[in-house]
Amino acid sequence: MALQTTSAAKDPQHPIEYAPVAEAQTEISPDVALVERAQAGDSAAFEQLVTQYERQIFRTALHITQNREDAEDITQDVFFKAFQKLHQFQGNSKFSTWLVRIAVNESLMRLRKRKSSKTVSMDQDVETDEGSIPRDFAEWRPNPEQNYSQTQLAEILRKTIAGLPPGFRTVFTLRDIENLSTEETAAALGLSVPAVKSRLLRARLQLRERLSRYFRQNEATK
Amino acid sequence: MNCTEFLAKLTDYFDGQIDPSLLAEVKAHLGTCHHCEVVVDTTRKTIDVYRGAASYEFPEELACRLRAAVMERCRATGKLPDIKLKGSEKPAGN
Repeated sequence: MALQTTSAAKDPQHPIEYAPVAEAQTEISPDVALVERAQAGDSAAFEQLVTQYERQIFRTALHITQNREDAEDITQDVFFKAFQKLHQFQGNSKFSTWLVRIAVNESLMRLRKRKSSKTVSMDQDVETDEGSIPRDFAEWRPNPEQNYSQTQLAEILRKTIAGLPPGFRTVFTLRDIENLSTEETAAALGLSVPAVKSRLLRARLQLRERLSRYFRQNEATK
Repeated sequence: MNCTEFLAKLTDYFDGQIDPSLLAEVKAHLGTCHHCEVVVDTTRKTIDVYRGAASYEFPEELACRLRAAVMERCRATGKLPDIKLKGSEKPAGN
């Protein structure tokens, strides 16, 4: 996996670690040589690219669609489309960012098909004010992992993230789960950096608010 | 700094992209506002619990199956040489 966490962000004042901001613009990706070989028809090189990124693409599709079958289909489609358009990849962004962008588009398209009468896009419901202002100030003790079985916790997480508008869910997935930088997330989604930051804040706060219903201190039900 | 101003800086604070002078203000606010302290703590836990979740497993068997299907579709276009894949997958026939 080309995405990395580094020691540069290990400042205890900042609880979350991400790759350095400038990485997306300055890194010369080691994928370039593989992509060039694949563009020339090297089957092994293309297969290596698939191997490197299949997990990330599957997880991204699964987070957005919340459906394993869809995620499997999308993973296949993403790599097949990437193969067909490989000659169009200019190396202006990371190969992984290019793939993620295809995966996001395919995933949103799949959601559209599922809700055939509704429009599903990165902009859907992002104007909602829900969760923009914290309302629940209860502490979470003990930590959620200690209070629930893995199966129970997985179901809670699935339900809470599934309730987010797709635009928020996608930003949260790329930035906080897949660990893309803000700039990479913006590039993958075709959004500006301020738009990513704004959506990320609201996604995080909405999820926090929803999880708080389960994890708040003195919560009696499990 | 009040709570609204703090909230506006929350993403930059989490991401370590905050100006040092603002960081001092943020920390000062956190030292006096229990509500914002809880929001920071529980938001961090929100991110951690999703990152650590095992609900999105990607078993090797699934990886192999998807990879074989992808490579077969690609070879069927005739743009990739018909070579053997690793493991037992059979090459697309010509």
